[in-house]
Amino acid sequence: MSFTVRKDEARGVVILGVDGQLIVGNRHDLKQKILDAVEAGERKFVIDFTQTGYIDSSGLGVLVSLAKKVREAGGDLRLAGLNDDLRTLFELTKLDTLFTLVDSVGEAVAAF
Amino acid sequence: MAAPARLIVDRHEIPHLGAEGQAVELSLRIPTDLQVVEEAVDLVARHCLASGVSPRAARFVVRVVLCEALANAILYGNRLDPAKTVEVRVHLDNDTVRLHVRDEGAGFDPTTIPDPTAGDPAGADKGRGLFLIRQLVDDVRFNERGNAICMTMRRA
Repeated sequence: MSFTVRKDEARGVVILGVDGQLIVGNRHDLKQKILDAVEAGERKFVIDFTQTGYIDSSGLGVLVSLAKKVREAGGDLRLAGLNDDLRTLFELTKLDTLFTLVDSVGEAVAAF
Repeated sequence: MAAPARLIVDRHEIPHLGAEGQAVELSLRIPTDLQVVEEAVDLVARHCLASGVSPRAARFVVRVVLCEALANAILYGNRLDPAKTVEVRVHLDNDTVRLHVRDEGAGFDPTTIPDPTAGDPAGADKGRGLFLIRQLVDDVRFNERGNAICMTMRRA
């Protein structure tokens, strides 16, 4: 389980990959990485869930909190690469209304 | 007895009442440490997969609901007290997978947990984990004290 961070310099988008799971034991790591980037002036974020097995409710909670903070700073946070099971979690909790869910990172980056 | 620093696992086969074959039960004693949740969930999921549980159930449903139940037990049940442990029992038979999670806390009344989808979903800061458990498994029961949950999935 780890997070990867890269940046699409052309579009100024920070892309964070969640490799494994986003759960109660590692949610703070993701939160801190994004908050640090916001502090450094970044405003466009894509979280890549292509390599993610599962997300728990605390992981969902962190995404809600981060989306709020990024939007308050004038930016946006988009979610990409969710498989059908992960999408189901967002739909069940009605959080799909809060986020832009896109199929691929490329699509999410291009939409900024 | 002091709480273990790592999780302790015991697996045993038990006579299966009323049907052919045997049931298998896996028991885990888990320290009150959020960093152990991933290891425990992974172990149980792999055990379910190896026992013939469908890949989706083993890789997704079991992982999500057990993760939720363990997080609740560690955070709200044992309140991060390292002297306490969480007990997990996984019972597999021909028809069902049952996940039991028990903490050493005072318990809670599950009927008081709000529906996180009833209002603004972004504003809900409680109840999302139990809500997901109820949505993903076939049956959820608590003991009277409210410190143990039993989650049952029917095997397809």
